[in-house]
Amino acid sequence: MHRSSEVKHVASYLNTRGCECFGQPCESHCPVLTDRTIHVQLKTFIKIRVKPDRTGVVTDGVKHSMNPFCEIAVEEAIKLKEKKLVKEVVAVSCGPQQVQETIRTALAMGADRGIHVEVSGKDYETLGPLQVSKIFAALAKKEQADLIILGKQAIDDDCNQTGQMIAALLDWPQGTFASEMTLEADKMKVVREVDGGLETIKIKLPAVVTADLRLNTPRYATLPNIMKAKKKKIANVKPADLGVDVCSRLEVLKVDEPPQRQAGVKVETVDDLVGKLKEAGRV
Amino acid sequence: MALRTALSRLLVNSQRCSLISVSRAQGTSAPAAYETEEQVKKTPKVQFNCRDVLDLEGQLTEEEIMIRDSFRTYCQEKLMPRILMANRNEHFHREILNEMGELGVLGPTIQGYGCADTSYVAYGLIAREVERVDSGYRSVMSVQSSLVMHPINAYGTEAQKQKYLPKLARGEILGCFGLTEPNHGSDPGGMDTKAKYNHSSRTYTISGAKTWITNSPYADICVVWAKCEDGRVRGFVLERGMEGLSTPKIEGKFSLRASATGMILMDEVEVPEENLLPHVSGLAGPFGCLNNARYGIAWGALGAAEFCFHAARQYTLDRIQFGVPLARNQLIQKKMADMLTEITIGLQSCLQLGRLIDQKKYTQEMISMLKRNSCGKALDIARQARDMLGGNGIADEYHIIRHVMNLEAVNTYEGTHDIHALIMGRAITGLQSFTVGK
Repeated sequence: MHRSSEVKHVASYLNTRGCECFGQPCESHCPVLTDRTIHVQLKTFIKIRVKPDRTGVVTDGVKHSMNPFCEIAVEEAIKLKEKKLVKEVVAVSCGPQQVQETIRTALAMGADRGIHVEVSGKDYETLGPLQVSKIFAALAKKEQADLIILGKQAIDDDCNQTGQMIAALLDWPQGTFASEMTLEADKMKVVREVDGGLETIKIKLPAVVTADLRLNTPRYATLPNIMKAKKKKIANVKPADLGVDVCSRLEVLKVDEPPQRQAGVKVETVDDLVGKLKEAGRV
Repeated sequence: MALRTALSRLLVNSQRCSLISVSRAQGTSAPAAYETEEQVKKTPKVQFNCRDVLDLEGQLTEEEIMIRDSFRTYCQEKLMPRILMANRNEHFHREILNEMGELGVLGPTIQGYGCADTSYVAYGLIAREVERVDSGYRSVMSVQSSLVMHPINAYGTEAQKQKYLPKLARGEILGCFGLTEPNHGSDPGGMDTKAKYNHSSRTYTISGAKTWITNSPYADICVVWAKCEDGRVRGFVLERGMEGLSTPKIEGKFSLRASATGMILMDEVEVPEENLLPHVSGLAGPFGCLNNARYGIAWGALGAAEFCFHAARQYTLDRIQFGVPLARNQLIQKKMADMLTEITIGLQSCLQLGRLIDQKKYTQEMISMLKRNSCGKALDIARQARDMLGGNGIADEYHIIRHVMNLEAVNTYEGTHDIHALIMGRAITGLQSFTVGK
């Protein structure tokens, strides 16, 4: 079923935050919010270091790349274009100069043009889902987008908020954790991966969809496409131009490494074990 | 799956040695004292990065970096998992040609015909990434790109280019390059394969035998070099199915086992004159192709050496003997210092050569010099690395022994170590020392 060729859409917000905690799936890395301090569990894979002033982790010199879920989002957007269901794919990212590399990767995968929303320095350190979603909402109106696809969450902060907030700000329907999306006339059928299993919904366009793991397998950027990407345009925009205030409402009080793993205690008998557990108040 | 592979891409692409796991298996020694200090001190601006000592990355264009990164991801995700068994069982994965074709990395420096038209530096980076996995895979790619697509592009007619290049670029058809003979290796000029022209049928009749031909058992076309009646060597495109053409496999190879090698036997094969490559005659033809391939090998061999270095580094950091990691020992550190020095210097020279080739300011002796240097040094590095792994070094699961075996062939083919020395010697002195004559 072919959509009219007037549909454009804004593709994924490419999260280019430092992906420090990767290697194993996210369940072993989850920010735990207690008493307004955020404990980020260190991975044994990568040496993530807490900054000396304990306001965050060191991101200098850490190679930043496209968030894996956003890669999946870009792939889905390009697939829709290949099926001629959408006219144009625009890749957008917010951040300092380096994010242009990530936008180029999206262009190399097949996006038509890019938009770099410049946010750097202190503003970038405190940039969170709320500000990003405001930027996106403003851009969506400016570009007259029909569909926004993003990764369901960033693997460095695991917020899982941006997509939902964009939908709320624009008052658009949302299909989150999509493992399948099909365009049917003017509606998008989205199969969502939820705790209970799979939920299928139909949402009217314009809409926001966030990509989950099983939506697709992102393609490798081919050489000819990488060469073509050079000629594609990346527009530069500032949040102020979009009327967005990137000031953060959150203040990070401190960031600590998790406590050093303590040595275990060996016991001789089961009774000893039970005794020790009772002592510790566990049973 | 997708997430893990995407995540593993980030791991693979990370350039910083200091941030990659200096971790050891649980329960082993505590981090060294100086490391903890580093965590508290402010990170200095420039750090020694054993993955890129002299900042090769900073000398590449954004495009070259993207090409390298994209292809590195493919190699690590799709080729690395296959190589253990492919090498052990001597199985050639024909499908990798199609996969590489999809990525557009075959014949990358060719303009048009479905090729990418990228720089020679990019070609070198591609070769380095493939050979980081296996020299056999890189041989397959080199033959297809430099020894089959290149001669058709450089010396063929427009009709031949249209007929073969797009399919070769996509990996739909596989090619091979027939120059070496059982009795003529380093002296291709003395070849016995003959091509006789038949005026009546406008065909050439070719007879002879070629050996050590990468891809030949599975090749759809063969670019064969034969001596014509005027004594000049010319190139012909032979197609599978032509009568009298057979390509038996060479068994019992202990090197480049993941790539299929065989002979090309021609018993009065009738080749239509349209299949002659008309725009070159004499040895300049095959040598032009070989230079193209040798350049790729200069980069590639260093990719294999890099793999061996990093594998040995990680192993010696993990393995504890006499209460300390092997890496604590002076003999081990000296070996690693030597390895890293050669790799780093080698890469810088390859980059300069690539830039010169892109500017068309190169000579064949430059390529000979670097092919010889990269292969010789890489073989040495691989052997040292094997030694550092001790007993585990002979197990193919650790991969290094496979590189050791492969690099023996890589050091030898496309001009042996000694022959390249003579090529340079001739350029240095003006006196040839290949033959005993004048």
